[in-house]
Parts: sequence; C-alpha cells; structure tokens
Amino acid sequence: MVWFRRPEGAERPTSRVPEGLWVKCDGCRETLYRKELERGLFVCPRCGHHHRVSSRTRLAQLFDEGSWKELFGNIHSADPLEFTDTKPYAQRLKDLREKGVRCDALLVGVGRLAGNRAVIAAMEYSFMGGSMGSAVGEKLTRAIERCLKNRLPLVVVACSGGARMQEGILSLMQMGKISAGLARLHAARLPYISVLTDPTTGGVTASFAMLGDINIGEPGALIGFAGPRVIEQTIRQKLPEGFQRAEFLLEHGMLDLVVPRQELKETLARCLAHMA
Amino acid sequence: MAGSPTPQFLAPLEDLRQRIQDAERTGGPAGRSEVARLRGLLEDEARRVTASLTPWQQCQLARHPDRPYCLDYVRGLFTDWVEVHGDRAYGDDPAIIAGFARLDGESVAVVGHQKGRDTRERLYRNFGQPRPEGYRKALRVMRMAEKFGRPIISLVDTQGAYPGIDAEERGQAEAIAFNLREMAALKVPIVVVVTGEGGSGGALAIAIGDEILMLEHAVYSVISPEGCAAILWKDQTQVQLAASALRLTARDLLQLGVIDAIVPEPLGGAQMDPNLAIRTVGGAVRKALVELRRVKRDDLPRRRFAKFRAMGQFVER
Repeated sequence: MVWFRRPEGAERPTSRVPEGLWVKCDGCRETLYRKELERGLFVCPRCGHHHRVSSRTRLAQLFDEGSWKELFGNIHSADPLEFTDTKPYAQRLKDLREKGVRCDALLVGVGRLAGNRAVIAAMEYSFMGGSMGSAVGEKLTRAIERCLKNRLPLVVVACSGGARMQEGILSLMQMGKISAGLARLHAARLPYISVLTDPTTGGVTASFAMLGDINIGEPGALIGFAGPRVIEQTIRQKLPEGFQRAEFLLEHGMLDLVVPRQELKETLARCLAHMA
Repeated sequence: MAGSPTPQFLAPLEDLRQRIQDAERTGGPAGRSEVARLRGLLEDEARRVTASLTPWQQCQLARHPDRPYCLDYVRGLFTDWVEVHGDRAYGDDPAIIAGFARLDGESVAVVGHQKGRDTRERLYRNFGQPRPEGYRKALRVMRMAEKFGRPIISLVDTQGAYPGIDAEERGQAEAIAFNLREMAALKVPIVVVVTGEGGSGGALAIAIGDEILMLEHAVYSVISPEGCAAILWKDQTQVQLAASALRLTARDLLQLGVIDAIVPEPLGGAQMDPNLAIRTVGGAVRKALVELRRVKRDDLPRRRFAKFRAMGQFVER
C-alpha cells in the first residue's frame, strides 16, 4: 500500500527551487539539503541536473560579488492590445508585480565579470515563462546601446518560451528590434555571448539567443525553434530521446559549447578575454 | 490553411463570380445584360461582406487559395526573371523563391514565400512553410543584391516556418535569427509586402525592411489564432476569440505602428480580381522604391534600426 503518491501527470515544480531546508531534485528525485544545492549553483550534486534559477541569482552567480547594479529596472510591460484570454493580461501583470517579480521577464545588470566590466542580462522564467514582450525588447535594446556607448561586452542568459502572445505582433517585432540592435553591436566589433538555458524556444531562440559570437548551452537544456509538442503534432510521431537538448544542438553545429554551470563564469571570462 | 475550402461567408461571392463566368460564355445581348446585372449584385455583396469581416474571417480571407502568390506577382510585375536556387550548404527549398528581375527596366532582387495551387504543388512547396535552407537562400540573394546595389522586394505569405525534425536539426532558429540581423544591416533599400499570411518568425525572417506594406486583407501575427487558442484557451475551437485578441489585421498593424501603409484590394478580396491586386501592389512598391532611392546607402541600416527601435509599447516609472 502506497500512502503518498504523486498523481499521474502532475506538474513538477521546476520553475524554481522551492524554499525550505530540504528540496527534491527535479532530475533524480533525491532529497537534497538546500544550502548544499545553493552552494553548487543549483546543480544537483548527485545527478548533475541543472535547476532553473531566477534572473537575480543568475546575475549574482556571474558578476563579481558586490560589483554590479541593475539597469533599466524602471521599464515595465504595458497592455497595448488590451488583451484578454482566460484572464486579462493587465491582471496577470498586476498579480505578478504583487508576487514581487519586479524585473519583468528580463533583468539587466552592469558590473564586473572576473574583473572586467560587462553588461549581463538574464531572463526571468517566473514572469510569464520568460516571454518576450515590448518591455523585454526595450530593456535588451537599451542594454545593447549601453554596450555600444561604453564599449562593453554583452552576455545574455536566455530562458524563455518565446514571444509573448499577449502583446501580439508587437512581441514579434521585438525580435527584429533586438536583432537590428545586435547588428550594430556586431558592426562595432563588440563581443556578445549568448547562454541558452532550459528552456529557450520560439522567438527568443530565433533572434538574439542564436546570434552570439559564441553560443553556450547549459547541459540538458531544451533549445529549439518549435516546441516539442508542436513538432509532434505536425509530424505525428514521438520525438527521439535527447532531441532539442543542448548536447543535440552541439552535435548539430548550433552551439559552440555546452558548459556546466560551475564552469560558466570562468568560461565566459576566458571567451571574452579572446574578444575584447 | 492553404487548400482549405471556400469559407462559408465567401460562398455568395464565389457563386456570383461563377454565374458571371457562365453568363459571359452565353454571350449575346441577353448574356451581356445578365453579366452587368450580376456584376452589380457582386459589387453590393462584396461591399457588404468586406465591411463586416471579423478578424477570424479576415484570416480565412488571407488564406484564400485563389489569392495571388509570390510567383504570380513575379509574372505580373516583372520582366527578365531569373530564379536562383539553393543555399550553397545543404539544398534548395521550394517554399521560398529568390532571384532577380526587372521592374520598369530596373534590376531588383525578389524573395518571397511560395505556396502551391494544387495538391501536388502544395506538397512540393511544403504549404509555403520554409526550412532553414530557404531562409539561407533568401539571404544569399539579398547579399548579392547588396553587392550589386539592387533594391530588394520581399513578398511575405506563410503560415510559418516549418516545425519539423529536419528543420530543427539544420538550425531553423539560427537561420531566422541570422536573417533578422543581416537584413537589418543591408545597404540597399528593402520593400516588404505582406500579401497573405504573415506567420510569426517564419514571416519576419524575410521582413526586416525600410518600407513595410500590407494588403488590405492580409494578416500578420506572432502566432496563428489556432496556436494561440490551443495555448491560452486550451481549446482549439476558440479561434475566433484568439483572432480578435491578437489584433492581426492590416488596420490593427497600421495603428500599432508596425506597417507603413495598407495596399487596397479589389472589392471582396484579391482572389476576386488577382490581376488588379497584382497591379495595385506594383504601384505601391514603385512608390516606395522611388522614396527609398533618395536615401543614402550608408544611412539605410541606421534608419532601419530606428524604425524597429520604435516598435513596442511599455511603461517607464
């Protein structure tokens, strides 16, 4: 007789490592001491599963301690289409702000990475699946412009389901806006490294996330244009194991490196030193 | 979707069009007066139908299988057409066509999505859904256009980039992303016309332009109403709601500052009089090119960036 059973198909809490002393690994289901997991940058010490981290944690992991400050935190999503699905978009935004997610789906910071100044931006998955709307587009474009002005390298850590449907065509246009900005960064010969984490799909992959001078994937990250469900519906077949994982993209020539999180900062520093 | 039957709301128009053709065949004074009478009816009916289109009906009209496709525009507007093939890396993608042609005697590059007319061609063209090699072919031709100083005309009509295993393996996302960045930097004028369906990233990948035009009954959206309904409403039958919420009509896009102008269509839609639709598009493209030719080559990328830079609405506080 089993006393406790997870209901079949129940949502696994993958969006964030839950608070509390003990947490269960999303990869191996092992119970882990939270402090230990945190010390290991939220990579499971048993199975190596890379847990999703918040944008703030990510920037703290990459910038030198105490060296960075947030940029463009005053930019927030509007509701230009007055969009309503099962709930008004304006209400969704309000609820998220009340829950304390202040950075929209992108957090931008400027500071030092291994001693050298850099702009780093990280997407916030807990804000509507890290989806890209006008605010994300504007913040990232301003980050690019800051890099152009101060001749700084740019690192963007992607974690997103793609363009935000609730802002319709304006979300799609952010792909063009950011990519046109990256064209200028490219012409100015400034380094741009894209880090693709689990998941990076849709319009985010099909714009800035694939445009790095160097594209780095986190182990096991789902990275693709179309989501696996859409592909399965199109071809009416089950997808092969490992399809659209970082290692698969490395094998197919779309990523330069797959780097475990513990080595990410050091790898970024080493890459940037070759480019600056 | 390409090849879908005529939607119900267009049935009276199709019926009248058929009867006009029959009457034309009859000939004689009786036939001619019947044609004139039916034309009058058709005009009234077309005006009635198009005046009250819902956004979902607008989508269905944009997907009408009798609308002119890219190659119809090529045949109708240009001379000396040379289609080129292949991305020089993997293969040729029939869902995108690319080449050079003359417009009023001047050489231009043309790229565009291509749907098929019959089942065989639809399969051959993959329903106008490109794979990475299609986008790379388009970029190859656009770069050639830059090399030889030719303006680029891009005709957009796709439900989206193909979501298949092979497309993913060969870097669908990378191909689209790279086009966005590279098109932004091209030092020749780019005129984009959304002629039918502007399906998300698969459309945008050849739509970073200096002047972006859209046919009156075309649609352009971040996701199809079907996809949006499935994800947000968890119910594919809510396409009508999704189509309305997405604000995907030409009028919406003009209002949102995404397109520069709407190209009017023949009464009842481009499928009613494809030749007229093609001529009207030709006029709009010519006008845009005249204006863009005044811009200095080196200013084009900065202007194009400024154009896209301005897109989007957010709050600062």
